[in-house]
Amino acid sequence: MRSSEITPKSLYLRRREFLKLGAGSAVALSLPAFARAKVEHGPKLAGVTPNPKFTLPDEKKNSFEDITTYNNFYELGTDKSDPSENASKLQTRPWTLSVEGEVAKPKKWDIDEILKTFPIEERVYRLRCVEAWSMVVPWDGFPLADFLKKHEPTSRAKYVAFETVVQPQLPGIRGFSGISFPYVEGLRIDEATHPLTLLVVGLYGETLPNQDGAPIRAIIPWKYGFKSAKSLVRIRLQETQPPTTWNLYAPQEYGFYANVNPDVDHPRWTQSKERRIGELLRRKTLMFNGYTEVASLYSGLDLRKFY
Amino acid sequence: MKKAVVPAAFAACCLPLLWLAVQFATGGLGPNPIQALLDDLGYTAFVLLALTLACTPAQRVLGWNWPIRIRKLLGDFCFFYACLHLSTYAVFDQGLDFGGIASDVLKHKFIFLGMATWLLLLPLAITSTQGWQKRLGFRRWKRLHRVVYLAGGLASFHFLLRFKTPKLETIAWMAVIAVLLLVRVVEAARKRARMIQSE
Repeated sequence: MRSSEITPKSLYLRRREFLKLGAGSAVALSLPAFARAKVEHGPKLAGVTPNPKFTLPDEKKNSFEDITTYNNFYELGTDKSDPSENASKLQTRPWTLSVEGEVAKPKKWDIDEILKTFPIEERVYRLRCVEAWSMVVPWDGFPLADFLKKHEPTSRAKYVAFETVVQPQLPGIRGFSGISFPYVEGLRIDEATHPLTLLVVGLYGETLPNQDGAPIRAIIPWKYGFKSAKSLVRIRLQETQPPTTWNLYAPQEYGFYANVNPDVDHPRWTQSKERRIGELLRRKTLMFNGYTEVASLYSGLDLRKFY
Repeated sequence: MKKAVVPAAFAACCLPLLWLAVQFATGGLGPNPIQALLDDLGYTAFVLLALTLACTPAQRVLGWNWPIRIRKLLGDFCFFYACLHLSTYAVFDQGLDFGGIASDVLKHKFIFLGMATWLLLLPLAITSTQGWQKRLGFRRWKRLHRVVYLAGGLASFHFLLRFKTPKLETIAWMAVIAVLLLVRVVEAARKRARMIQSE
């Protein structure tokens, strides 16, 4: 090693860092009302009916801006601001969602046919990320159970596997993001057909923004956010438990179940508290993210072992 | 020109704080400003730690003398940002619940590494003055301040564990720290070889 080759680089790096910081603060000081990126709104969804059973009257909904600029969507980049910045790179038309496997009636759906077939309702759900932050989101969608029923699952359909789109132009697919693609997720059939589980096509009454998983995604509100796979191209019913992306990446950190559970920590941080986006201090995390009606799905299951 | 180095470095070290204060006040830190503040303060402390570690090699390898004159200043500012980073965690993440902090430190190696780094930096920051250098004697003072190498290593792994998947940027910074520590190892080996030769 020639040390003369090394030190200048580190000093050079630091120069740029300080120059950048210096320029940044100069700009910030000259613009007291710091300009933020404009939030883009999509077309309104037709015929959305609020479901009075799911309004969370005691919770304050997060703003459209919060929900569309603070995202985890590794196909669009690993930073929270990447998905909104790269949103336009995701192509959502034409779009096919294929339902296959243990069903009597497999089908390749065009997304617009789905939008015409299923009545869309609005439900306000809590969303708890595995990274210990949370939001309250008004989703527009329909129960996954209704969708699956149309395909007549066979008696061998014990699990549901989700697959997210892979488009070669997406920055996360091209670059280094750690996890492998396509992003895959899965549920037990009783979890998938639970009345809380949704297929979501919109948000705040508008067509789902790309960074939130357009044109169609899953929402399982009692599980950590990574279970709710985005931009779905395939739903497969099967007899065996499907592999899931984060579990493949780090099985000791992310389980198949990934139920929100304040008593089971992530190995690197606590799950007992969370920061609601918009709040300064952390609040207590609720068992099953407050959706305790799902507890019966797991009776007899050791949730410390099956995290 | 020579006189300007220290005040210029002082001003540069204040810039990240100024920038963060303005961003925080104007909503520029995004929907989760506390997390952004925590991350940016930690990052600044880490970069300053790397710069502190670069001062001696800059003299030995490049023959520059001016970085040595700002080494103490960089180290002090590194500790200053580390304190702000720790305070943000203690106040906003933990709500000053010291029992919660203790269990977080003991249960999670990511938090443990961060706290250990801060605890290692604490005696170095206290004894960074010339008065302490005299009180301890230069040899002992120097030996104590070698702890900064360990702090650099622990801080690197704390930084690495921050993200669900390792970031290329973190790995690049870890390489910088590794090289700066390697320079010391090579220096020490050379010194020993010289001593053996002269015997």
